[in-house]
Amino acid sequence: MVGIVSYAAYLPRYRLNRMTIFSAMGWLNQALIMNAAGEKAVAAFDEDAVTMAAAAGKRCLHGFKPDEVEALYFATTTSPFKERQCANIIAGALCIPEEIRSADFGGALKAGGSALLAALEFSSANEGRQALTCAADCRLGKAGSLQEMFFGDGAAALLVGGEKPIALFKGAYSLSCDFVDQLRGAETIYNRQWEDRWIRDMGYEKLIPEVVTGLCRRHGLKPSDFAKVIYPCSYGGGRRNIERKLGLAPEQVENDLLQVSGDTGTAHPLLMFSRAFEEASPGDKLLLVSYGNGCDALYFEVTPQIESFKDRKRFSDTLGQHAELDNYTKYLTWRGMIPVELGLRGEEEQVTRWSMTWRSRKAILGLQGSRCNKCGTQQYPPQRVCVNPGCGAIDEMEPLSLSNRGGKIVSYTSDMLAATINPPAIYGNVDFNGGGRAMFEFADCTLEDLQVGGEVEFTFRIKYYDPKRDITFYFWKAVPATTEKEVS
Amino acid sequence: MAAGIRDKVAILGMGCTVFGEHWELDSSDLLIEAFGECMADAGIEKKDIQAAWIGNHIDEVNIGKGGCYLASTLHLPFIPVTRVENFCASGTEAFRGACYAVASGACEIALAAGVEKLKDVGYGGLPDSPIFGQLLRYITPNATAPGLFAQLATAYAAKHKMPMEKVKEAITHISWKSHQNGVKNPRAHLRRAVSEDQICSSPFVAYPLGLYDCCGVSDGAAMAIVTTPEIARRLQPDREPVLVKALQIAVSSGEEAAYHGWDGAGIMTTQAAAKRAYEEAGIDKPREELDLMEVHDCFSITEMVTMEDLAISPPGGAPDDILSGFYDLDGALPCQSDGGLKCFGHPIGASGLRMIFEIYSQLLQRWPAERQVKNARLGLTHNLGGVPHQNVCSVAILGL
Repeated sequence: MVGIVSYAAYLPRYRLNRMTIFSAMGWLNQALIMNAAGEKAVAAFDEDAVTMAAAAGKRCLHGFKPDEVEALYFATTTSPFKERQCANIIAGALCIPEEIRSADFGGALKAGGSALLAALEFSSANEGRQALTCAADCRLGKAGSLQEMFFGDGAAALLVGGEKPIALFKGAYSLSCDFVDQLRGAETIYNRQWEDRWIRDMGYEKLIPEVVTGLCRRHGLKPSDFAKVIYPCSYGGGRRNIERKLGLAPEQVENDLLQVSGDTGTAHPLLMFSRAFEEASPGDKLLLVSYGNGCDALYFEVTPQIESFKDRKRFSDTLGQHAELDNYTKYLTWRGMIPVELGLRGEEEQVTRWSMTWRSRKAILGLQGSRCNKCGTQQYPPQRVCVNPGCGAIDEMEPLSLSNRGGKIVSYTSDMLAATINPPAIYGNVDFNGGGRAMFEFADCTLEDLQVGGEVEFTFRIKYYDPKRDITFYFWKAVPATTEKEVS
Repeated sequence: MAAGIRDKVAILGMGCTVFGEHWELDSSDLLIEAFGECMADAGIEKKDIQAAWIGNHIDEVNIGKGGCYLASTLHLPFIPVTRVENFCASGTEAFRGACYAVASGACEIALAAGVEKLKDVGYGGLPDSPIFGQLLRYITPNATAPGLFAQLATAYAAKHKMPMEKVKEAITHISWKSHQNGVKNPRAHLRRAVSEDQICSSPFVAYPLGLYDCCGVSDGAAMAIVTTPEIARRLQPDREPVLVKALQIAVSSGEEAAYHGWDGAGIMTTQAAAKRAYEEAGIDKPREELDLMEVHDCFSITEMVTMEDLAISPPGGAPDDILSGFYDLDGALPCQSDGGLKCFGHPIGASGLRMIFEIYSQLLQRWPAERQVKNARLGLTHNLGGVPHQNVCSVAILGL
């Protein structure tokens, strides 16, 4: 029998207090005050659904082997590409081999649940081989909208397989219908919703009880059998009604994280699910429900394996990197919602030459370097001629993944001249632990976080966005260890 | 070691435009102006020039590729003309081509030119372009020259366990000195004295470098005509020829960028080129033997670490030397007597030849007393192209 083998959440470092939004936009819509409690997680200027999914995937695979993963499914409604599979970008970042099945799931907010279901079915049909599901979203509401208040950015990842599952997959039940409560057209950036009461009363309050009841009926269960029911719904009144309808006790319901992260779209049920694992006990029945144009309900039973699972705080750990983004216009700038002046330097062409990046895809996506068989020197980018001045061996290299290796700062600066929507550009030379050196941009930090000799970890980020061709290009950055608490 | 070119090449004449914001002049105008001065100084005719090299960095907004621009601007009569590019060291690279031609006997008289028009870029600083190739653009930071050089300061302070305040004090004095010297130089781009307070409190461009730690971005051209010492003595019997004592170039091996041996607090190519240049020139004690220097102070911190890389100041000792006035115009070893890149300006392709022009003019005692280095007989130029972890460094030594 297959089940969940590993889990992890990823919330970006920056949080926007909802009162900051209200202070800036309350003049437009005073009713926003009713939803101005708590804060939402905000992707940094160099993050999107792909990078957040990769970050969650990296944490999820900690202690597992990327080359044992045989499928990768990515769920999002905010893909940076209509045509180009993001699952493969994520697989590349995680150094998962190319001999895998991959797919992007999207369209509906319930796609996170659908992707997880597909992964479980893949594993079940393939002798318990491992499949990774990553879900992430970075949805936008217009300035001063309720969506802007509710939506947060985040990701979750679940590794499924047959070996040592911490929770067995016991069954599923799905509902799919063209129930349109919110949508985005193919060319639309901002989420559009029909009336609130419609969404709450006819959407969440009707479909979620229906899918839960259907699953219980199919498997001979009652809602009260579950230790935790995990479902997304940002309406407080709606949640109360759902719980009343299903007869759920308060301790049976997983926190909706609205005050912590906001609604992270396709990732949200999986994010909540990762939190549920932190406290789950063997024998607990967990019910995961995703919502959007229908529902997927997945039923799990926690195994004794959970007791020996290391680093169980794979949700809470992401909260430790918290930093407040106290500037609403900076948020708008990061999200591309207001044009800002980058100067003429910011207009220089950045051409993405795909044949070139393909040849170096492992170095670019996977931060793969090389290690000399003669002298053992690590090097990045991968070299054919050993860079060690005392060696110089030719074609004696073996590939080496450096993304989990960490490093130390050799030199650094904070550059006000470089064109970026998040000045200053902070970067410097980094020595990889174990040898070798490269220069990296530093992410999620300020100049004060840096010192020569300081430890860094590596994180997959947006390298640049080419607005002329609508191309997002990814590479790795270094995060000072003071702000990145890596799961260890 | 090979014999080198010591005393095999003499400078017959030189020219250098005023560096600055020449909104009304093209590269061709600048070249023609430098050429006129250079030819008058050399006392030869155009038909005497047997080969030419032109150093220029940013071809896209400037003179284009190839040697045609120089040849067709000056209407050089079907002689070999080569455009060379080696980052900010392109000017010295052109000089090297001409010197090698003469030293080898391939030519008797050769021209080296350098030109750059940066004020057609549209913004301050150098244009953002893939100077290390497109692939590295995908994996290296969104960086600028000040940010890449600024890292010398953080690495230097850490290496020598020196407070950043001390580093900042020393580099402030460097910029102050260049401004003092620039005031006296009518060809310099920036001719305004600024106080150390103004320099030190200027807004950060890239930590810890402020605005006044960065050199000017200018338009300009410089030129040299070289020949054999014998021809020079014959054509110019009334002057002691300025001879090339050494001309060395060192290029990064990739070790600085990708191997963990480099401390980031100095420039390895400078160390290598200087060592070879001193050997070629027969210099044992550069601190005592050299009379003046023009170094590549693209940023004040570059000049500071260069004092150690050239083995003038001891390791960790540059700040004290700088603050003691050792490198001031009236110090023991004046450095940047013309204002340097900081104040003379930095039209990239021309800068290496501008440095040589200053040493040449000083050795010939051509400047007014207020800026003439007395009894100068041996001078050094240091022309660095690229960035600390990946660069081209040329060191030339000129003497009587």
